[in-house]
Amino acid sequence: MVKRSPEPVQVVKKRRDAALTALASGVPYIQFLGISFDRRGDELTGILSYDEKLIGNPHLPALHGGVTAAFLEVTAIMTLSWSRLWGSMESGALDVASLEAGNLPRMPKTIDFSVDYLRSGLPRDAYARATITRMGRRYASLRAEAWQDNRARPFAEATAHFLVPLDQ
Amino acid sequence: MTAEQKIIDAKEFIRRIPHARALNLSMEEIDNGTVVMCMPYDTQLIGDPETGVLHGGAVSTLIDTCCGAAVMSHPETPATTATLDLRIAYMRGAKPGQTITARATCYHVTRTIAFVRATADDGTSDGPVATASGTFTVGA
Repeated sequence: MVKRSPEPVQVVKKRRDAALTALASGVPYIQFLGISFDRRGDELTGILSYDEKLIGNPHLPALHGGVTAAFLEVTAIMTLSWSRLWGSMESGALDVASLEAGNLPRMPKTIDFSVDYLRSGLPRDAYARATITRMGRRYASLRAEAWQDNRARPFAEATAHFLVPLDQ
Repeated sequence: MTAEQKIIDAKEFIRRIPHARALNLSMEEIDNGTVVMCMPYDTQLIGDPETGVLHGGAVSTLIDTCCGAAVMSHPETPATTATLDLRIAYMRGAKPGQTITARATCYHVTRTIAFVRATADDGTSDGPVATASGTFTVGA
């Protein structure tokens, strides 16, 4: 048995970053809200860049509750898609060029989404992470949390269920 | 404040929300705790590029705004509110190209909490695309 030497770190990073960029930039609504993703290994952090159009209460001012919910949902869907892609990406089976050309994997479908608003979203950047609490063949359960200045003081959290596409 | 004035204020408040404008939300009906709002189809809001189906997040925003307006239009609440929690269940993807209509009812109010439920449809005869229930603060 021949032991394969590990790929150079630049090759691994380049493939992961290209796949992540393709996944996020292919969805118009993610671009519309101005969400990007930071990657550390397989961990993703969603970044919602502040823009005046995200405001829901101009008097406070505060982020729109719908934007907060959408940010958590986008982060959860991305985390789920990313984790489903990870195996084929690491083995090299994933065709990154095809992904970059817009051939995205089928999206998970949201079954339900429940958001708790813990404090108002301030008019500045926000961050979110999601964790998969259960991954089944048909259904996945995720939790997501969003914060701004202080990681220990989230301003919203969510739990959600998704229907996982069968074709992968 | 008269009921008429409150409704005018609620309409004006919604009109001034930057994100409601970004989504082109319009208020179609508002009456003592019940509100109907529409969101036209927009390719910027697509969540699944393969099918052209709108992202759930855009539908959530329409529903959240509609529910908030329903609370504000209720005769027993002041004209300010904030979402405490909101749960949305998605029955199916909205048909691409169709305007989404949300209908929210504030069905119970206490001194501190307003209870709301809502449905959203895409104008087809296939039943709702989403249903929601939530609680809102009474006053800010």
